[in-house]
Amino acid sequence: MNKPLHGVRVLDFTQVWAGPYCTLLLALGGAEVIKIESEKRIDGSRLGSVTLGMICKTKNESAIFNIFNLGKKDITINLSHPRGSWLAKEIAKVCDVAIENFRPGVMTKLGLDYEGLKEVRPDIIYLSSSCRGNTGPERNYAGFAPSFAALGGLSYVTGHINGKPSVMTGRTDLLVGTTSYFAILAALIYRFKTGKGQYIDISSSEVQSVLIGDMFMEYAMNNRNPQRQGNRDSIMAPHNCYRCKGEDNWVSIAVSSEEEWQALCCAMEKPELTEDDRFCDASSRKKNEDELDRIISRWTTDYTHYEVMDILQQAGVAAASSYNAQEVQDDPHVKERGVFTKITHPVIGEQEVIGTPWKLSTSSGNIPGYGPLFAEHNQYVFGELLGMSPEQIQGLVEEQVIY
Amino acid sequence: MTEKALSGVKVLELATCVAGPYCAKLFADLGAEVIKIEQPGAGDEARRRGPFPNDIPHPERSGLFLYLNTNKLGVTLNVGSHSGRELFKQLVKWADILVEDNPPTKMKQLGFDYETLQTINPRLITTSITPFGQTGPYKDYKAYGLNISHVSGSGYVTPVLESDGELGPIKGGGFFEDYCHGLSAAAATLTALYYCEMTGQGQHVDVSKQEASLCIDRDSALMRDIEGKVLSRVRKVGAGGFIPTRDGYAWMAVVDDRHWKAFCQIMGDPEWTKDEKFKDRDSRELNVQELNSLIGEWAKEFDKEILYHKIQSAGVPAGVVRSPGAIMEHDQQFKARGFFVEIDHPVAGTLTYPSAPYILSETPWAVERPAPMLGEHNEAVYCDLLGHSRQELVKLREAGAI
Repeated sequence: MNKPLHGVRVLDFTQVWAGPYCTLLLALGGAEVIKIESEKRIDGSRLGSVTLGMICKTKNESAIFNIFNLGKKDITINLSHPRGSWLAKEIAKVCDVAIENFRPGVMTKLGLDYEGLKEVRPDIIYLSSSCRGNTGPERNYAGFAPSFAALGGLSYVTGHINGKPSVMTGRTDLLVGTTSYFAILAALIYRFKTGKGQYIDISSSEVQSVLIGDMFMEYAMNNRNPQRQGNRDSIMAPHNCYRCKGEDNWVSIAVSSEEEWQALCCAMEKPELTEDDRFCDASSRKKNEDELDRIISRWTTDYTHYEVMDILQQAGVAAASSYNAQEVQDDPHVKERGVFTKITHPVIGEQEVIGTPWKLSTSSGNIPGYGPLFAEHNQYVFGELLGMSPEQIQGLVEEQVIY
Repeated sequence: MTEKALSGVKVLELATCVAGPYCAKLFADLGAEVIKIEQPGAGDEARRRGPFPNDIPHPERSGLFLYLNTNKLGVTLNVGSHSGRELFKQLVKWADILVEDNPPTKMKQLGFDYETLQTINPRLITTSITPFGQTGPYKDYKAYGLNISHVSGSGYVTPVLESDGELGPIKGGGFFEDYCHGLSAAAATLTALYYCEMTGQGQHVDVSKQEASLCIDRDSALMRDIEGKVLSRVRKVGAGGFIPTRDGYAWMAVVDDRHWKAFCQIMGDPEWTKDEKFKDRDSRELNVQELNSLIGEWAKEFDKEILYHKIQSAGVPAGVVRSPGAIMEHDQQFKARGFFVEIDHPVAGTLTYPSAPYILSETPWAVERPAPMLGEHNEAVYCDLLGHSRQELVKLREAGAI
């Protein structure tokens, strides 16, 4: 089966998580992604991860780098060398897409901004992503995943009732990556029809804001900020996460219709609740939800989260465990759908990885390869793709352009 | 008219609430022609969800619905009725893409499983957005956004806690989870559309919300901590993090020595910064709790906004926790980029909406029309597009099909 993005070639200047997740999605779709690093600029995720407390001693042992760079080709160009830009442009000539997440201005200094690459490849699609976008008074401000969520409003609206706003980490980056991927695909489709490339400017903080769009509508309509609601909903009740038997085990339960409410009471073997005035309709249940949550909690604590999910799903009630990572991996449904795949990496050995977030009927979804070793594809890219002679390549290595 | 990235792409939406409609909105806002199908009478569930002006419910004034359905044409159609089925088939023939969010068994019962749809229109891309996907033991399980947050493993690691407490797992704020599913479905669909442009082949795009969520949390799904344990809500934060100020939280990160030097200078190089405990990256990480509480001592005198700009201007990564209102009122950056736009709607009036997080140089994001009123484009779609007469329309209305 064919990969949908077969034939698309991508020049990837990005590092760490947000940019590399975009190019991971491109690589999983069958695009050829050429990742540029150098001894002077090693991808931070080769060195470890702050949130995981992980520090790597060598360049090729990072499990986190592996999961974000599957099947990419890795080359080393020293962009601070005067001829580094020239060499990067040589590759851009044969690429459809370029993507970078430097601070705004850096690529312009290097001559590798949109204008620079357009000279050598007029129909190139060029994407920049940065904390605050490439225009405006704060364009030079730097940030990481937690600041995107803080500045975008997402942290403010996420948290326990009366609790602190939440620090949001990894997902914030991966949403920037997904959004970038979406925009690139739209531009590729436009280019297919018109032959025109274009420049795409992504603001990572705006990425978070559009995903809570109705919260802004609330302010626009009523001059009021939505408050942190934990697991609760503005209409539905019950709508919460309940403690179950065992240590830190929880189950989420949500009821929307009268039918689901009746089913829940039956499954809990508390038919008297359906007669109870406090819970007789949706708005009464919402009004008395503290009491309702106490009643449900008393029931769930006698069962494991697996048992509650099973009992309630059989009864037609939306209930699902709050899984930890191991439980997700062991879940029979996740297993049957083949979400996790074991691959072999030359240094790390065997490691579980994940492919695309979707299944396409025309594509197998095979993992295209492990996260490349540092400089692994210099020979392929400079020799085969650009057709340079071994002497030329050797010369660039000695000059520390390929470095 | 300006050219749009997805001009000429025809999309049919048979979906409610957030995920499916958000997916189709992303196409509509880039120029695709989207026809949204709603149940006659009741309409999209989102019409019954707030926010409403002054909290007075009205199906044409839901902020959620208005935001999620910009640039779409709206028709009413009872796909389950006999004449409704025929109209639906005609729309399927017209479309390049169908976005639907029905349980797999329901689509089969309606007679519109993927195989049947494909016989009606072989080039069709069908994007099905369901809680657990089209296959597997849970495919018929029910789940709302809340349940997906938890069953994907995302809730379990939220919120990040500094020390062990009793606080249980939570979902992201509002409909965040559902929006993420819509974004993922849109990315998947464009992948299939690109393939279709190249090969002429349609296909079935199977979007499991559980997988969509766990894929954007793949770091916590795949990684274990240095002791080999699964990640929990209690996690190490780096030097800085959320720091409490006089009026809320600012955020900052001291990653390398350059950041540290610059940050010490902002604080006026107090004596404690010269302590051996903080001399390099490793020692700062080792003593991170003490470091962060000392930073907090200093920061509590400041307003968060002042601190944000002060730290950024020294080249140190910083942020600030802003409410939606603060962003709309005071964020100079969002303002300069034109992130908020005014849209006029015949019933809801003129309101300020968020736009998009991308600026595309050749094919700008734009609003041509506000969200449709219930059945607003019945005549335009059924008569002008599909060629039915006005009289037929009356009959269809009487039969409850539209």
